[in-house]
Amino acid sequence: MAERTFQSTEELALRIRRHAVEMTHLGNSSHVGACLSMADIVAVLYGSVLQFDPSRPQSPDRDRFVLSKGHAGAGIYAALAECGFMPVEKLKTHYQDGSDLSGHVSHKGIPGVELSTGSLGHGLGVGCGMAYGAKLDGETWRTYVLLSDGECDEGSNWESILFAGHHRLDNLTAVVDYNKIQSLAPVRETLELEPFADKWRDFGWAVVESDGHDHDALKAAFSAGPDGRPKVVVAHTTKGKGVSFMEGQVLWHYRSPQGDEYEAALRALGARP
Amino acid sequence: MRDAFIARLTEVARRDPKVMLITGDLGFGVLTKFADEFPKQFLNAGVAEQNMTLLATGLAMGGRTVFTYSIANFPILRPLEMIRNDACYHGANVKVVGIGGGFSYGSLGISHHATEDLAILRSLPDITVVAPCDLYETQEATSALVSTPGTAYLRLDKSVAKPLADTVEPFVLGRARRWREGTDLTFVTCGGIMQCVLAACENLATDGIQCRILSMHTVKPIDREAILAAARETGGIVTVEEHTLDGGLGSAVAEVCMDAGVIPERFHRIGLRSGFSSIVGSQEYLRKVYGLDAAAIVGEARRILATGRNAVVSVDATG
Repeated sequence: MAERTFQSTEELALRIRRHAVEMTHLGNSSHVGACLSMADIVAVLYGSVLQFDPSRPQSPDRDRFVLSKGHAGAGIYAALAECGFMPVEKLKTHYQDGSDLSGHVSHKGIPGVELSTGSLGHGLGVGCGMAYGAKLDGETWRTYVLLSDGECDEGSNWESILFAGHHRLDNLTAVVDYNKIQSLAPVRETLELEPFADKWRDFGWAVVESDGHDHDALKAAFSAGPDGRPKVVVAHTTKGKGVSFMEGQVLWHYRSPQGDEYEAALRALGARP
Repeated sequence: MRDAFIARLTEVARRDPKVMLITGDLGFGVLTKFADEFPKQFLNAGVAEQNMTLLATGLAMGGRTVFTYSIANFPILRPLEMIRNDACYHGANVKVVGIGGGFSYGSLGISHHATEDLAILRSLPDITVVAPCDLYETQEATSALVSTPGTAYLRLDKSVAKPLADTVEPFVLGRARRWREGTDLTFVTCGGIMQCVLAACENLATDGIQCRILSMHTVKPIDREAILAAARETGGIVTVEEHTLDGGLGSAVAEVCMDAGVIPERFHRIGLRSGFSSIVGSQEYLRKVYGLDAAAIVGEARRILATGRNAVVSVDATG
């Protein structure tokens, strides 16, 4: 089994970003912007919040993490590899013929992935089931679900949000990577989510808003509570964060970094092309 | 069948605290006793079938065997993607129970006519699809699904076939039960429509036409041996289903024959032709309208017995 490779959550985030750029470059695949957007959230979760043991990925007392925004598969595979769930070298197979590292996240053959996703609006409901079951069993492990903002267009999420609030699932934490951009346009031009925090609050959730790139703020957000309600961390982020020419650009939802763009992106992340 | 299912599930739940039932806010009166006896094994997810299916998957991932329950179309059609991506792909112990198969709720209109469910669910990988025809099969299927890992669909019917006194074959998931012996034809059926097949065969027997009847309660995985034996040993196969002919039981039986290169002397499918039923009525009434009742089955059987080997049988649109 591979070993954990980072000293700090900041270092883990940087590695996730470099991997995401390289993986989407090699695979000529989409969603680099979404991977960069969530890198700090994922790094804080895997680096300092989640309880897990990569040598025992199915251990019953592990915290459950569900990546509901499954299109950011490259980012989560990168985190898992850096945490020792699989060799970092395996990341190069992402998107390649015959690989099990699919563009959208899959659990098959990938230890550490709890749920295969890719169609939006699935993760939170499964997370509710995990959390509800843990409560029935008197277990103390927690469930974390990472959603995208565009994903919140899916009605199934609001069924799950209603359920978790009603049943006071305070062992459940949702995180929204609120980068304000979805596939084709900004969120506010597609389907406005605001007042977003109020919506969750009205459904019975404790809401913590945070800078989604500030590790200390994220750690504080995750450690707050529980207060008898499910918790959502609305993490304000920038799509494409870390690579200036990708930041805040709709283009990088689907575009794959190639040629000069690839080299510039790696340089921006302090890596040699 | 619904009550037989609940009765057996109650027995199972007493023995196994990991068995759970989630309803999509349906089952007034029917589920009350279960809910009272097993507060930790019962959940009303509300009118939210997508979340119900997702919850079931999450709970199943924690080691539970979870039955989701609603009127047949509701727990399958809207959350179909949840059944596919979440339950089936993860091999989760989620057992989807649809009550009111076929025209059970005929008077309620097409939203409640469950007439495509078998075809739709049969096309999913890693799922077991069961449509029992009587109370015994319903109860045994319930137990069998609990002890069979993975995702399943259990289609329950309002109508119930009355078992024959000499029907002693035990229920085994994936194995057809032979309800009647005969060599002239074999009827292959599933679900409560069996009662019409039984009546039809009694009628045919008065003229000396002896038909084999197979209860193909498990539509997937289907019992290939029973189908091929019927094709070889009897004068033909007639499938009967209260379901569209597009991709249902009859299609499954035809696939088995063609894949094996075994062509029955005669082959005919009885079921619903294209089109929704925009008229309503009791299950009995709609069966008659759409040519699924005993009289229609007798007529079809006589017609195909009168035709030659491998004759092309013309069918009338009934949609």
